[in-house]
Amino acid sequence: MNWKLVIIGVLAGFMNVPLAARAAEGEEVNAIEIVMGHISDSYEWHITNIGEHELTLHLPVIVRSKDGWHCFSSSRLHGGHEYQGLHIASEGPYEGKIVERLADGSEHRPLDLSITKTTAGLFVNSLVLVVLILGVARWYRRHRSTSDAPGGFVGIMEMLITMLVDEVIEPCIGPNYRRFAPYLLTAFFFILINNLMGLIPIFPAGSNVTGNIAVTLVLAMATFLAVNLFGTKHYWKDVLWPDVPWWLKVPLPIMPFIEFIGLFTKPFALMIRLFANIMAGHSVILILTCIVFVTARMGAAVNGSMIVVSMLLSIFMNCLELLVAFLQAYVFTMLSAVFIGLAQESPHAEEEHSSESNSDVN
Amino acid sequence: MGLLQPESGLLFWMALAFGVVFVLLAKYGFPVILKSIEERKDFISTSLAEAHEARQQVAQVESTCQALRAKTETQRMQILQQAADLRNQLIAVAQKDADAERERLVADARQQAESERQAILRDANGQVVMMAIALTERLLRSNLQDKEAQTALAEQLLKEINSEKANQSCTQG
Repeated sequence: MNWKLVIIGVLAGFMNVPLAARAAEGEEVNAIEIVMGHISDSYEWHITNIGEHELTLHLPVIVRSKDGWHCFSSSRLHGGHEYQGLHIASEGPYEGKIVERLADGSEHRPLDLSITKTTAGLFVNSLVLVVLILGVARWYRRHRSTSDAPGGFVGIMEMLITMLVDEVIEPCIGPNYRRFAPYLLTAFFFILINNLMGLIPIFPAGSNVTGNIAVTLVLAMATFLAVNLFGTKHYWKDVLWPDVPWWLKVPLPIMPFIEFIGLFTKPFALMIRLFANIMAGHSVILILTCIVFVTARMGAAVNGSMIVVSMLLSIFMNCLELLVAFLQAYVFTMLSAVFIGLAQESPHAEEEHSSESNSDVN
Repeated sequence: MGLLQPESGLLFWMALAFGVVFVLLAKYGFPVILKSIEERKDFISTSLAEAHEARQQVAQVESTCQALRAKTETQRMQILQQAADLRNQLIAVAQKDADAERERLVADARQQAESERQAILRDANGQVVMMAIALTERLLRSNLQDKEAQTALAEQLLKEINSEKANQSCTQG
């Protein structure tokens, strides 16, 4: 265990080298800027600094402006340069985003399909996920399930999949669970891999994918579609004409309105929960790391003691984030399964459920 | 606010990436894994059910064996008892037969002895008669004046008869 802690410490130390240099030179360290720089998206992927030289991966820019499509490397826009009428806004509502300058001098945000740092991280993580799952599937294709039992990584994956199917998907959805199992498993492993990769501070990992609201929005939309496209008649009847006293439905459709709003609040809660948890985790780790540099000017005694505090808290938060990475993937999958299961309920099943509840109460 | 505003580009790429990942995994990944896990689960539950059934059968066979053993033991005891009874019975019958045979043999022996005695007696009578006849014949042949001579003669005759008899028996032996 000790050597793992040492490795984590050394990695954290490497991560802090550029900032330490800046702090030593007496330059003001803006913690908020550092944190926002790490958790927000960008058109280039800063890997590390080698001496004075910045090692950065410039990502492709794909933009559709007023005069058509543009595709070039983001290095063209590095340092505030303008290229093909496009530049990265340094202030205003589009700060940090590519804008085009119109003839009247105003800035217009074009359709931006650029491969940003988050997008590149998303591709890398997706590739990792596909390779892992197809690798596991390949093992199953090559072995007889009734004679060979998997070990190592495939064994862990089987344990996870079995746990999810037996403990979450089947109990929440019911007899139709096989239809939704691939989606829920994909969602779980997609979130888990992205969360875990976000905790590794070395390229090509380390991008804050699930801490980006666009990513969680698409995941929540996928659950929304799975719930509502495959919902039963009984589910829609419960939404549009719920089983409540009539005066809650006519003349004012209070309950149908609340139920209808509920269709959107469920995926909205999924989206915000995942986004907030992961973003907050990343922010806290970065802020704890920045303590070292913020206190650099406060003297050797204060700075030395704060380095120890910062390291210990960073290690603790990283361990906690490992738990959160799994927990958030699990919670997203479980809630998605619950919402899908609610949309799959038949009147017969509901009656059985209510009679069971009544007998429990009695 | 920027963090809470989803970017259209990232939305597009995320939808595309997640869609591709989902299609790939839903088609080539999870069905294979789930099918194998399901098969193994079925195999394990079937094997457990079979093992349970086999265990029940073994228990049943064991109880049947025990019942058979108990029954066989009872039968053995019965057979042994019967054999002992039969043995005693046979011994009693054999003793009875032996007694009867013995009595028969004794009676036969007695009868034979009696008949032999009778035969001996008849033979002795015959011999006495023959001796008397022979003596009488000798006496008649000799000249017998006085009594002493008669007696001496009779004794001589008797001696002769005895010697003859002894010779006869020697020659017969």
